[in-house]
Amino acid sequence: MQKSLLIDPDKCTSCLQCEMACSFEHEGVFNPARSRIKIFEFEHGKRAVPYTCTQCAEAWCLHACPVEALVRNTATGAVEVKDEICVGCKVCTIACPFGTVNYNPDTGKVIKCDLCGGDPQCAEACPTDAITYVDSAWTGYERMQAWAVKTDSKAASA
Amino acid sequence: MSWQRKVLRVNLTKGTSKVEPLNMEWANAYIGERGLGTKYLSENMDPKADPLGPDNVLIFATGPLTGTMASTSGRYAVLCKGPLTNAIACSNSGGKFGAEMKFAGYDLIIFEGKSEKPVYLHIVDDEVQILPADELWGKGVWFTEDWIKSHHSNPNLKVASIGEAGENMVRYACVVNDLHRAAGRSGVGAVMGSKNLKAIACHGTKGVSVDDPKRFMKVVKETHKKLAESGGRKELTKVGTNAMIDVMQEWGGLPTRNFKEVQFEGTEKINPEAAVTPNAHGHVNLITNKACFGCTIACGRIAHIDKEHFTVVNRKEYWHASGGLEYETAYALGPVVGVDDIDALTFANFMMNEHGMDPISFGVTLAAAMEMYEMGVLTKEHTDGMELKFGSAEALAVMAEKTGKGEGFGKELGMGSMRLTAKYGHPELFMGVKGQEFAGYDSRALQGMGLGYATSNRGACHLKHDVFGEDMEDISGNNKAQPVKDSQDRVAMIDSTGLCLFTTAGWGVEDFVAQLDAACEGTWTEERCLESGERTWTLERMFNMRAGLTGADDSLPKRLLEDPAPSGNAKGKVTELGKMLPEYYSVRGWTKEGMPTNETLNRLAL
Repeated sequence: MQKSLLIDPDKCTSCLQCEMACSFEHEGVFNPARSRIKIFEFEHGKRAVPYTCTQCAEAWCLHACPVEALVRNTATGAVEVKDEICVGCKVCTIACPFGTVNYNPDTGKVIKCDLCGGDPQCAEACPTDAITYVDSAWTGYERMQAWAVKTDSKAASA
Repeated sequence: MSWQRKVLRVNLTKGTSKVEPLNMEWANAYIGERGLGTKYLSENMDPKADPLGPDNVLIFATGPLTGTMASTSGRYAVLCKGPLTNAIACSNSGGKFGAEMKFAGYDLIIFEGKSEKPVYLHIVDDEVQILPADELWGKGVWFTEDWIKSHHSNPNLKVASIGEAGENMVRYACVVNDLHRAAGRSGVGAVMGSKNLKAIACHGTKGVSVDDPKRFMKVVKETHKKLAESGGRKELTKVGTNAMIDVMQEWGGLPTRNFKEVQFEGTEKINPEAAVTPNAHGHVNLITNKACFGCTIACGRIAHIDKEHFTVVNRKEYWHASGGLEYETAYALGPVVGVDDIDALTFANFMMNEHGMDPISFGVTLAAAMEMYEMGVLTKEHTDGMELKFGSAEALAVMAEKTGKGEGFGKELGMGSMRLTAKYGHPELFMGVKGQEFAGYDSRALQGMGLGYATSNRGACHLKHDVFGEDMEDISGNNKAQPVKDSQDRVAMIDSTGLCLFTTAGWGVEDFVAQLDAACEGTWTEERCLESGERTWTLERMFNMRAGLTGADDSLPKRLLEDPAPSGNAKGKVTELGKMLPEYYSVRGWTKEGMPTNETLNRLAL
C-alpha cells in the first residue's frame, strides 16, 4: 500500500517539531532552515498550515531534471534527489508549481521531501496529528466520514 | 555542541560588532540563558550604573537546549539592570526568535553603549549589520516586524523589537517577538529604548547539534510522551493558563481592585468558559491555541475582539486575530482594575503587545491610580478628563493605549505604581516589591508566594519559585522557607536550560537533567544542575547587593502584612513574612541582614 502525508491545518499549533525532525533526519542537526516541510502562519497565528511536496504522479521536477538526478522510489512513491547526480542547476525548483523543491546553498544540491524512505519523521514528531502518514488512496477518509455523518441524522446521534 | 560557542558583542556607541568565543567555563557553571546571562552581565557592567544610561548592558541569551527538539525549546532571556527596580532584570520569552538566534550561530548577544540615532540589528548567520531605524521609530511592534521582513524581502526573519513604550522608556516596557510573545517583565524594553535600539531581526541556517544525537532523540521521545500524558499539560493545551482564574477565585487569592479584595465578582465574564461562549452578537473571543517554537503544549491563545465592541467599532485595524488572554493578562487587565468586559481586556492586551508593555505592571499601576482617583487624590484634571474608577472598561482601554503611545496621563502611568503612588503622596498603595508590581496571586492566601515575591531578585514575580502545592496544603507561613529556596534554585536551573517552566506540568528535575546530559558535553547530574541554579540565584542576589539593595528591600506592602484577607480560604489572614524571612535567610546560608555569607559564596564557587 502506498502512503501519503495527510496534512490537517486545523490541528497545527505551529510548534515546528516537524521542521526540526525533518532537518535532523536529513542533516543530522536541528535546522528548520533546511527542513523539507514548512509551517506557514497567517494572521498573527490564527492559522498555521504545514506544507511540503505531495509527490506528484507526473512530477514536473522529475521531468525537468536534465541529468536524471530526481528518481521515483517505487516503494514509497516519493521523488528522491540523488545527491551524487544533482548538479544544482535548480531547473526543478522552477518547474515545480508548488515551490516544494528548494536549493541548499551549503551543499549545492536541491532538497525536497523524500518521505524519509517510508517513515516520515515529521509525522512521527507531530504532537497533534496535524501531519499523519496514511493510505494514499484514502487521504480523504476522515473528512468524508465527518461529512457523511452530517447527511444522516441517525448516525449523527449515534 | 548544543551551545554554539559564540557570543556576538555589539557596541552601539561605536556602531561596531564582533564575535567572541563563549566562555565555556562559565557555560559549564551556569548552563545558559538566565544563569549564563547573569554571569555575563555581572562581569560586563557596574551594578551601580544608571539602568537607563549608556553604561547599562543588555544581553539576549539562549540556553543549550534552545533550538533543539526538546519540547518548548524556543526560549531566550533578556537581561540588564532593570529600570523599575534598580536590580537585576531577567525576563524570558517564547515565540520563535530565541531559536532563530541560535540557528544564526549565537548563544548570546551583548549590547553595550548607546546609539546616537535609532538603529536595528540585522543578522543573517555571520552577516551582522547595524542599520538605521528612522522609519521604525515611533511605530509599534506589529508595524516594525512587517516592515523589516518586507524591507529585506526575507519572510524568514524573526524579529524582537520594542514599541513606542520602549522608546518612551515606560519603566515596564517589554521586548516583543513574533508579534505577541514577550520578554515581558522588569522593563527590559525601556533599556533597549534607552540605547536607541529598535529591533533585532535574525535568520539563521546553521542549525543546532547535540553531543549525543542518538541518546538525545531517545530521551526527547520519552520526555515528549511524559509531557503529553500529564494532566496539567492537557489542561494547559485545552484551557490555557487562564484556568488559574477560576482556581484563584475559588481559593480567595485573586487580587481585586488593587489588592483591597481577594475575590472578584466578575470572574465568570473573563474566564476560559467566557472566552469560548458566544456573546449577544454571536462573537466568540477565542479562536485557537498556539505553540511557541518546539512546544508540544501550546498554551498560547489566539483571540479577536467583537467588531461591535466600543474599543474597535470604528477601528478596522484591530479586527484581526492576535494574542489572547492568559492568566496574568486576564488578572492584570481584569480583577485588579475591577473590569469584567472580555473585549476590553482583549483590546488592552492587544495594546500591550502592539506598543510593547508588561500588562501586569500596567494593570497594577492603573489599579493604584484608580484607588487614588476614588480617594480624590487624583481628579479628572490629572486624568485627561477620564473617570478613572475601578471597573471602567473605557478607562482601561483608553489608558492602555495612552500609556503605550506616551500620551497625557499615560505618561504618568508609564512610571509604574511605585513612582506614581510616591508622586501623589500614597506610597502605601504600591502593590509590589522592589518597584515591580505583583502578579495575580495574593500572598495572604498563598504564604510561600509572599516569601517568593519578597525575595525575588527582579522584584515581585510569580515565576521565580513554585510552591503552589505547599501553599494550598498549609495556608500558614509554616515550613515555607525551604520549599521556596529549593524551588527558586530549581526554577533558575530550568530557566537556564532554555526550556519553558510550564513543562513542569509533566516533568521533574530528572527530565531536564536527562535532556541536558544527552545534549551537552560532560556529565550533568541533578546535583550539578541544582547547584548551578543556586549559584545563579546567589549571583543575582550579589548583583543586587552591589547595586545597593539590602535585606530591607525584601519587603511587602503594608496591605498584605497588616490588612487581613477579607474573604476566601485565608479570610482573616495576613502574610507572615516576619516569620518566614529569617528562616529563609538561614536556609540560604545568608546573614540575618540577608547577605550571602563568605562560606555560602565559597561553597558555590562565587
